[in-house]
Amino acid sequence: MIKHPYIPNTASFGEMLSEIGASGAEDLFVDLPRRSFSADPVPAMPMGEAGVEAELSGILSDVAMHGYLNFVGGGPWRHFIPSAIKHIISRGEFLTSYTPYQPEISQGMLQALFEYQSMVCELYEMDVSNASMYDLATAAAEAALLCARVTGRKEFIIPESLPWERKSVIRNYTEPQGIRLLEVRYSRENGWTDMEDLKQKAGTATAGVYIESPTYFGTIDPGMRAAADLAHDAGALMVAGADPLSLGLIKPPGSLGADIAVGDGQPLGIPPAFGGNSLGIFACRGEQRLLRQMPGRIVGMTEETGGGARGYVLALATREQHIRRGKATSNICTNESLLAVAAAAYMALMGREGIKGVSSRILKRTTYAKRRVAEEGLEVRFPGASFRDFVVDFGDPRVEARVRAELLRDGILGGRPLKSDGIGIPGGSVFAVTELHQEAQIDRLAVALRAALRRAG
Amino acid sequence: MFRQARYDEPTLFELSREGRIGVLMDVPWDMGGGGGLQLDAGLLREDLKLPEISQVGVIRHYTRLSQMNWGVDSGTYPLGSCTMKYNPRLNEDMSSDDRVQLIHPWQDVSTVQGALKLMSRLEWMLCALTGMSRFSLQPAAGANGELAGCLMIRKYHRDAGDLKRDEMIVPDTAHGTNPASASMAGFKVVEMPTGSDGEIDLELLKGALSERTAGMMMTNPNTLGIFESNVTKISEAVHSAGGIMYYDGANLQGMLGMSRPGDLGFDIVHLNLHKTFSTPHGGGGPGSGPVGATAKLEGYLPVPLVSRNGGSYYWDYDVPHSIGKVRGGGGSFPILVRAYCYILSMGLEGLKSSCAAAVLNTNYFAKKVEGIRGLNVAYPSRLKKHEVVVSAEEMARETGVTALDLSKALLERGIHAPTIYFPQRVKQALMFEFADSESKEEIDRCVASLMEISEAAYSEPQQLKGAPSTTSRKRLDEVRANHPRTMRLSFRHKPSADL
Repeated sequence: MIKHPYIPNTASFGEMLSEIGASGAEDLFVDLPRRSFSADPVPAMPMGEAGVEAELSGILSDVAMHGYLNFVGGGPWRHFIPSAIKHIISRGEFLTSYTPYQPEISQGMLQALFEYQSMVCELYEMDVSNASMYDLATAAAEAALLCARVTGRKEFIIPESLPWERKSVIRNYTEPQGIRLLEVRYSRENGWTDMEDLKQKAGTATAGVYIESPTYFGTIDPGMRAAADLAHDAGALMVAGADPLSLGLIKPPGSLGADIAVGDGQPLGIPPAFGGNSLGIFACRGEQRLLRQMPGRIVGMTEETGGGARGYVLALATREQHIRRGKATSNICTNESLLAVAAAAYMALMGREGIKGVSSRILKRTTYAKRRVAEEGLEVRFPGASFRDFVVDFGDPRVEARVRAELLRDGILGGRPLKSDGIGIPGGSVFAVTELHQEAQIDRLAVALRAALRRAG
Repeated sequence: MFRQARYDEPTLFELSREGRIGVLMDVPWDMGGGGGLQLDAGLLREDLKLPEISQVGVIRHYTRLSQMNWGVDSGTYPLGSCTMKYNPRLNEDMSSDDRVQLIHPWQDVSTVQGALKLMSRLEWMLCALTGMSRFSLQPAAGANGELAGCLMIRKYHRDAGDLKRDEMIVPDTAHGTNPASASMAGFKVVEMPTGSDGEIDLELLKGALSERTAGMMMTNPNTLGIFESNVTKISEAVHSAGGIMYYDGANLQGMLGMSRPGDLGFDIVHLNLHKTFSTPHGGGGPGSGPVGATAKLEGYLPVPLVSRNGGSYYWDYDVPHSIGKVRGGGGSFPILVRAYCYILSMGLEGLKSSCAAAVLNTNYFAKKVEGIRGLNVAYPSRLKKHEVVVSAEEMARETGVTALDLSKALLERGIHAPTIYFPQRVKQALMFEFADSESKEEIDRCVASLMEISEAAYSEPQQLKGAPSTTSRKRLDEVRANHPRTMRLSFRHKPSADL
């Protein structure tokens, strides 16, 4: 036993061992088969606090972040984050708690999650939200499973224009259940759902139709309502994917006929963190058949037994794996609670005016960026309104890669390449502008793109 | 005496006053007339109803909520199978660096070599500690890692043309996520009853194995806190039937640094970094559930892995039989940074000490509980590892005081309750895990509280039915919350008269 600040009982070891009649630590492990192994690269002995700091400082010195203008699209994104959020979620009582299984002593986390659910419902105009899924991809995948369970049907329609990784997640969640994925084409003109194609594909086998707006390309699809009507006519459920920040300005899924709404809450005050901070938003209409099939934790309001103060508890736990085991609606246990609290704090701080303001700034700046980039002679795909993301098509993946390298040399992190997504724009990439980008920075991107293309082409 | 803050804290919607703002935005720059909206009026939202609260109002709201919450920072948190370790503050600082929080997964890899290097080093550390040959750091949580592992097993058999292997063997003491993950991956769950010694019955297991066996998911030490002594024989039996051995790392704390799953015959491992490797639970996430595999199955891991080409690291999509992805992104990066710092802070000797302290805490507690009237340690003759299950069946029968009542009585005394009614095979189960973070004094206090509760149960049982009264709320009516109207309170759904 070695002394360690995280292990108080190394000081009481001998005393405790003798209490249980053991003569040494070895007695605690007589039941383990032991085999010696090399733990390298785990250091043999603990490293002091200053040593760990020095080690991290060394390893992170090989991360070049400052000095780059970031226009990488397709998510996650860098948005404005109020300082208060970090302080709220750093409070130890939140940070170091676990799932609030014991409600009487965990009211703070329960109420914070309840309020998160409430604000998600307002934003998406839905009736019930869960307390979070891992991210958009898994939320959409869980929505597909829910549709299949509720309708008893085995086909799920997804947009052709989803990024490869989201399709892969949805496929991994649905394929073992015998659910067939059909892709509805997007219009090459405007990036919107091809309604004729959806009409062909939605039928008596369709469990659900999933449409995103804004799309992966950033386009705002005006066909959400029509898609919902088609889905409902076919007896299927409508799943709408929407970015929460877009909803300050754009009609929410609930007013467009969606039965289930999903999204990624990362833009709500959560840093991108190398793609490691995600928050799956999952909400549905208040129908019992949907509610009973929802995945994940849900916080409900109640009161003290026998009447008394208002309080909060985990509701409908009989849907979940710790009760229902193999027949649960999902295997999810740990979710993204603390990030849901961050998103709730963001919505509370920004409030209605703040969210509307961010929404409209992003929409206007995207419009401006698309125009400026086009003015510099590049091919910007898809006319019409876009939110945050937009596609520049360089015509050839090799040119796209060279342009990206040129931009990097110019101090600009360029678009996310579309080549590996296999969705018909192999020589394109997705750029993004947010409320943090200034006019001069967008101008700089436009000019740099022109120069880069000239050098690369 | 313990007393938790009790506020009648309004919801954010009730705190809202028109015209207040919580943060000042920059004045939008001029678009030169060209940045106007290009949006059809039909797509525009009419109104958005979110709260309007001042900044100090928001901060006070969350400060009061936090005071009504219990964390490891507040005190003893012996929630079994959750390994509620202390969350080192050094690691919070390290993971809040801009170069951790603000980098983008799709930015050019030349600009994020340090981040990839950290992931790669962490991967090799996890390999060394588990005996696996590669790890994917992608899964978002333990259950997400389980799903990845199950999908790998499915694809492994399918690629071999072995389509009839549709059964996953899961012991009845397994966490609920195991059968749920196996079902999600398309398997039929075959539940194995636990034998009278608290272990899997090897002969029964052998009888259950067939050409339909895809694999077996095992938690070791199991949820009774007992190390499965037949584990290598079990591995051999499952392997010779053509199955894959899956290690659920939820309980790795009980053998951390001492034995490695890879040396016990496991082919796939998932770890819970938010348990064994001390990253904060955050009220239920974000977590991290890396999934690892031996050489036989590493080709099936989720993509991308982080690989190295000469001196530079890159996202490696060239994994020959990969199942693809189980979530967006490459892993919960800030959690990975914390786990990396933790392993450095411990070293192998520190990790072994952590394991030994957790095991000693459990056995010490079990020994002390033995003498308490109405409580019985499950499988008392067995040496425990990181956790122990105590049955309150006798007490419930004799006094009417149940495991639930007991847990509320612990809350009353400022000790978080253990996991209750699990594993299901132990009646009136209370599952305690003190991890390595609780001191002898805290454990003694927990024992003394249980003793006091026992005395009360046998003298004034009714008094215990009223507990807790010192927490933010008294016992809550859980049935009442199961209606959609009670799951949201906002401008659209005001509190109804009876709430």
